Amino acid sequence: MELHLLLLFMIFAALVAVEIEDLLSSVIAVGAVGLGLSLAFLILKAPDLAITQLVVEILCLIILIRATIKKDLPLIRDGRWLFNTVSTILFIVFFLIFSYFALKELPDFGQPIMKVAKEYIKDGLLKTGASNLVASIILDFRGYDTLGEATVLFTAVIGVLVVIRKVGRINGK
Amino acid sequence: MENKKAGMTLIVKTITRLTVGLILLYGIYIVLHGHLTPGGGFSGGVIIALSFIHLMLAFGKEVALKKLSEVWASILESLGAIMFLSIAALGFLGGYFFLNFFLSKGRPFTLFSAGIIPLCNIAISLKVGAGLFAIFVALVLFKGLTKEK
Repeated sequence: MELHLLLLFMIFAALVAVEIEDLLSSVIAVGAVGLGLSLAFLILKAPDLAITQLVVEILCLIILIRATIKKDLPLIRDGRWLFNTVSTILFIVFFLIFSYFALKELPDFGQPIMKVAKEYIKDGLLKTGASNLVASIILDFRGYDTLGEATVLFTAVIGVLVVIRKVGRINGK
Repeated sequence: MENKKAGMTLIVKTITRLTVGLILLYGIYIVLHGHLTPGGGFSGGVIIALSFIHLMLAFGKEVALKKLSEVWASILESLGAIMFLSIAALGFLGGYFFLNFFLSKGRPFTLFSAGIIPLCNIAISLKVGAGLFAIFVALVLFKGLTKEK
């Protein structure tokens, strides 16, 4: 149920991001899509992916805001220092309270370690036949991850080739 | 070789002529033994790309591009990606993604063992090696074009 609500919210935010006139609002709508995606990962019981998605989303948002903030500026910077300071302090207080409760719930350092890895070490050689356990994990048990990494690398190479070739051609002519 | 001016000095060229084959062989060894010893497609592919980059640094770009041109690097990279993806997708015939059903596991600790893992390593090494070399070539050619202007 929550998942469907989240998906609807993400579709709505994506439509807003495409349709809205203001560039900064569009970027913020894209950030809302990313936040919804990370919450969806959390609901689907993949907390590591949720953390990664959150970090990547924050980075992308900062870069996008930095890129668009020079383009059109409907911002009012003066006369709002009181509101800004109060909201910053409120956010810090909220963050500290929530992190206090969240950090108490964390397991002890190194406590549930090797839960999955035990199985890999025990059955890796028998199930895959590869004596290098790392290879058996990245190419067999976690082959899907490796496919994603390979896709990232492929996209990066294609991006570099396209960007550099275009500039080179214009300069060459 | 033909163009004496291109590249670095005679010392570097001689040493390169002696070592570049060994570096390439070492990369191929790392790739083929990826399922037996530490290493694998990614690191072996980087070493293979480095051997070509070594050639380009020592002899200039014409000699290296004659061995492996930019177009062929792109083709090899795409070929590696398609190979890896098709190995992964072939698993669907047997049930699910990345399922190894068409190659036997063989005896452990021998070269021809571990089913699809060596094939995946070869595909990844093609992708990584050709991709890195393509990026390097693109950067070199890009710098040359801006300089001419």
